[in-house]
Amino acid sequence: MSNKKHVTLNVNGKTEEFLAEPRELLIYTLRERLNITGPHIGCETSHCGACTVTIDGKSVKSCTMFAVQAEGTEITTIEGIGGPDDLHPLQEAFKEHHGLQCGYCTPGMITRAKKLLEENPTPTEEEIRFGMAGNICRCTGYQNIVKSIQAAGTEMNAAKEAAE
Amino acid sequence: MIPAAFEYYRPQDMDGVLAILGEHGDDARVMAGGHSLIPMMKLRMADVPHLIDLQDVSGMSGIDVGSDSIRIGAMVTQADIIDNETLTAAAPILREAALQIADPQVRYMGTVGGNVANGDPGNDMPGLMQCLDAVFHLIGADGERDVPAREFYEAAYMTAREDEEVLTGITMPLPTGGYAYEKQKRKIGDYATAAAAVQITKDGDTCTSVAIAMTNLSDTPVFSEAAGAALVGTSVDDAALKAAITAMLGDIDPTEDNRGPIAFKNHVAGVILRRAIERAWSRA
Repeated sequence: MSNKKHVTLNVNGKTEEFLAEPRELLIYTLRERLNITGPHIGCETSHCGACTVTIDGKSVKSCTMFAVQAEGTEITTIEGIGGPDDLHPLQEAFKEHHGLQCGYCTPGMITRAKKLLEENPTPTEEEIRFGMAGNICRCTGYQNIVKSIQAAGTEMNAAKEAAE
Repeated sequence: MIPAAFEYYRPQDMDGVLAILGEHGDDARVMAGGHSLIPMMKLRMADVPHLIDLQDVSGMSGIDVGSDSIRIGAMVTQADIIDNETLTAAAPILREAALQIADPQVRYMGTVGGNVANGDPGNDMPGLMQCLDAVFHLIGADGERDVPAREFYEAAYMTAREDEEVLTGITMPLPTGGYAYEKQKRKIGDYATAAAAVQITKDGDTCTSVAIAMTNLSDTPVFSEAAGAALVGTSVDDAALKAAITAMLGDIDPTEDNRGPIAFKNHVAGVILRRAIERAWSRA
């Protein structure tokens, strides 16, 4: 019944244009239309955070936004953060500190953690736990995720200092 | 988890919003952050044939702290509340409450206007706004009108807002004295089992005024005048606390659900209110 809408998004630096039904959720746009499968569908009810992406500087659960709402925005997914040949310090730290087991929550974890460290480059353990509370992991018990984010923060701050 | 099909509108101004509401009546709904409405649409518990996205309508994202009042636009997000230092200095209870709503991702999207207009008894801002004696600004085809938060809520999801009206902002007097927003929830992201908003003033060791509102303990937020009256003129000692809790329990009407039976809800409401009053009093 509904008319398709023209949508333009910038995803990981690339402009994407398409026609979408208004009810198309952004996570499906990313995964099925654009083949950007890093963001995962965990609960699909805004709880688990596996679908987290960054939209115009905000961490957003992409299962709870329509693609049409994101018209004109800049979106970053895990694919835009780092890849196998150029791991982001967070990806390095998760690997080093066993911040993942099955890996299903990891893209959302790292995407959210990146934003958290941008807002607070030197978070305490408590601040990390509070800032990551929208992302659920069923394997690690979170301890190593916290360690990974702390280690990545230290690494990123040191790199920044060295660059200055 | 895919919603039923709908028409999507993104008007550029309030006239455009009101025109669509006027044409489609209760078949149309406005959406701010969407983090209450979209989950309901996905579950097909909300049927919204015409969805009006408010994000391009200007003038509803401001936080203005004046000399005797605060105005918050309906599109201000919980994250905006948390980050605004001027607002936190003027009304710290807002930040304390916003930090206890949902999780970081939801707080970037979820708005104050959506939270108060939705009418969900689980939402935290309605009770908080009753505590702060806020006034809601509504606009419709016939113009603007104001409704006090303490008179806005009629039943679950039923408010004084008409279908063709939009809540554009909130104004509240500058709060004074001590404050606390205390919330018991099962996990991050859950609604309250019980929550209490308290704003209290004193002269020496005597309580001179207090406003108390409870959340998710009835089908509307509960502003408990009786609980406040039990504290005014006392030194907020144990007897006064017990009297306030007893008075509050007379005003709430919890129902049994997956957060527990009625006796448990009453128990938690008492514990939470006691903590909130004690914390607010210590800050007064």
